[in-house]
Amino acid sequence: MDTFDWVATAVKILIVLVPLLSVAPVMAWVERRGSALMQNRKGPNRIGPLGLLQSIPDAIKFMGKEDPIPGHVEKFYYVLAPLASLIVPFLTFAVIPFASSMTIDGRVINFQIADLNVGFLFILAVGSLGVYGIIMAGWSSNNKYALLGSLRSSSQMISYELSMGLSVIGIVMAFSTVHLGEIARAQGEVLMTLGPLTIPKWGIFIQPLGFLIFLTTAFAETNRLPFDLPEGESELVAGYHLEYGSMKFALFMMAEYMNMAVASGFIASLYFGGWQMLPGMHSVLDVLGLSGLTFDIVRVAFEALSFLLKLCFFMWFFVWVRWTLPRFRYDQLMDFGWKVLLPLSLANIFITGVMIYYRWY
Amino acid sequence: MQNIKDTKLGSTEFPSGIRVDHDPDDLWGDSRFVVNIGPTHPAMHGALRMVAKLNGETIESSYCEMGYTHRAKEKLGENRTYHQFIVYTDRLNYCSSLMNNVGYALAVEKLMGIEVPERCVWIRMIVSEIARVIDHLVCIGINAVDLGAFSYFLYGYHQREEAYTIIEKLCGARLTTSYTRIGGLMQDAPEGFEREVKAWVAKTRTVLDEMDRLLTGNKIWQMRTVGVTPFNKEQCLQYSYSGPNARAAGLDIDLRRDQPYLYYKNVEFDVPVCQNGDTFDRYLVRVHEIRQSLNIIAQCADRMKKGPIWSEDKRVRIPDKDVVHNTMEGLIYHFKFFMTGFDVPAGEAYTAIEASNGELAFYIVSKGGPKAHRMRIRGPSVWHYQGISPMVKGWKIADLIGALGSVNVIAGELDR
Repeated sequence: MDTFDWVATAVKILIVLVPLLSVAPVMAWVERRGSALMQNRKGPNRIGPLGLLQSIPDAIKFMGKEDPIPGHVEKFYYVLAPLASLIVPFLTFAVIPFASSMTIDGRVINFQIADLNVGFLFILAVGSLGVYGIIMAGWSSNNKYALLGSLRSSSQMISYELSMGLSVIGIVMAFSTVHLGEIARAQGEVLMTLGPLTIPKWGIFIQPLGFLIFLTTAFAETNRLPFDLPEGESELVAGYHLEYGSMKFALFMMAEYMNMAVASGFIASLYFGGWQMLPGMHSVLDVLGLSGLTFDIVRVAFEALSFLLKLCFFMWFFVWVRWTLPRFRYDQLMDFGWKVLLPLSLANIFITGVMIYYRWY
Repeated sequence: MQNIKDTKLGSTEFPSGIRVDHDPDDLWGDSRFVVNIGPTHPAMHGALRMVAKLNGETIESSYCEMGYTHRAKEKLGENRTYHQFIVYTDRLNYCSSLMNNVGYALAVEKLMGIEVPERCVWIRMIVSEIARVIDHLVCIGINAVDLGAFSYFLYGYHQREEAYTIIEKLCGARLTTSYTRIGGLMQDAPEGFEREVKAWVAKTRTVLDEMDRLLTGNKIWQMRTVGVTPFNKEQCLQYSYSGPNARAAGLDIDLRRDQPYLYYKNVEFDVPVCQNGDTFDRYLVRVHEIRQSLNIIAQCADRMKKGPIWSEDKRVRIPDKDVVHNTMEGLIYHFKFFMTGFDVPAGEAYTAIEASNGELAFYIVSKGGPKAHRMRIRGPSVWHYQGISPMVKGWKIADLIGALGSVNVIAGELDR
């Protein structure tokens, strides 16, 4: 790696890291305003336009609070747990491509921090580390509710990860690659043309069942309603982060929102064409009539914007569902995971195999 | 400790030959996971406490504790004049304090043999039914919150606030109303009261339909509630269940129909009854009861006419304000009336009304004089709360929360 690579990587990391860090405050605002919108309320509206700056005093409050460590906790793991939760989404976002490549000085830059050849396997592998943060938090807190929360969480994550991994197999079979960048690129091809409408080869069109399974498991993996049992506010008070306060609690909250961002990014890249431009953007690009490096930069910006919009849609979807549905019960959740989602994802693999055999892809 | 062997039915035999029998109801007797839920748990509606022994997440046994909000109301009833006790009735079931006011006023009036004028009765009926609607909206809303559906709750809560605005116009207070007086009301309904009430009824109907569409058919909601924590007819009778909880189990009882008080025999309404007595039925009965109550309110508002709101009985008539402010005799009478109270003839009366949670009754024993000799209150929540333990046995801890919310135990009337 020479200087050019170092600089390029640093820039890419910044492009990912800064928005990812600001996901939590922005999403906190979206969640509160969004829920207010659905519930005929106003929501936070005092600080900044539309209450947009509400997150700043919130952050100050979190940092300004006393940060006690209760006497009955296992200190080492108690402190480690929020960090363990937070690191996971940072790691996983590294392999999600947010734009295609551009050429500067004859050198190709892929807009993906780490272009791993194991692709989404890395996401699944690292993503499952997230449960450690929760288990450590629940166990080290030495609190019955927290323990129940973390026990629920571990079994939930293990059962839903299975279906999640299996549902992605369909995509892998269809595109014959585990490489996320290549999956995103392959989704740019045309699936079919219906008159003026061109349907691209997005994952959702060739794997609708896989998409539904993946979406459901993504909710379970991020501990959001209707699968927010580890927290289960009304039953377990606050679940695994019951004994945490101040910034430690804020880290858990950030981790939750960042996990949502990762899950949304993952859904977008696997099933919604990743950085493939949204309909209409191509014509805008043609109208602008740029060329050379400017064209490349604008194109990459458009692609990144497309990716961002898709990601934002799913972030909103998470909020939307949370404020609409009731919560599952623990055993119903397990039943659903093992008796419905797992057979369905296996069936999805079978169907995909049959379709590939008859060359329908 | 391997020498200590557990024999059947929870008794432990120590090596020395001493045998200790365990109380099979003792939760703490073995090494199971015991969780303490309450009195400050977020799902506890008021200061209630439950201790549950868990096997995994399944409740093996549990017990309920009450008394965290005990304020000796009944004893206070023996130390306060009849008028002074009205404010204490507000704090029984604080979700429907108007209904408690009405029930108490009816009890004392029955003891004294006082008839109140027609307009007063219609207003009392309207406020009772508004209170019932509020109570049910809160109950089903909080129940939904406990099971994770938060938005649902706020739809109902908005209508509740609207209702409180109407109540505020009646008596100046929103929650603790103290609206009734013995033999009358605190003040007459304001101009345009009927119109406002009818507008509120129409709005509430649409909101309720919306809430119904959002939750009743929801698959997750049904998974969480249908067939969960049932309490059948026999158990309901065993535990003296009344009100919506009994009707959910198929007991067709409703004091408004079975022993009509106020003018309930003059209005048309149905008594919704379900069969299974599970969480879903307790929810559904309340939803339908809100609809019926709205019908009753609309009918009352139609039939309400101008007229006096005070009984002509001199013993209880509170002097008019202009008499009090402008004449010396009036002022003295007013002072004496409120300082010493009025005499209630010796006797006893048990007056039960169909409150939002069930049979709310006041049992008053008078030996003459301005204070009751004995005052007892039958708050339906006492009976309902005792049924929770057998109800949730063998169910999950999440079902306990749902059951408790659906039974609608209100700490104020539980502990009194």
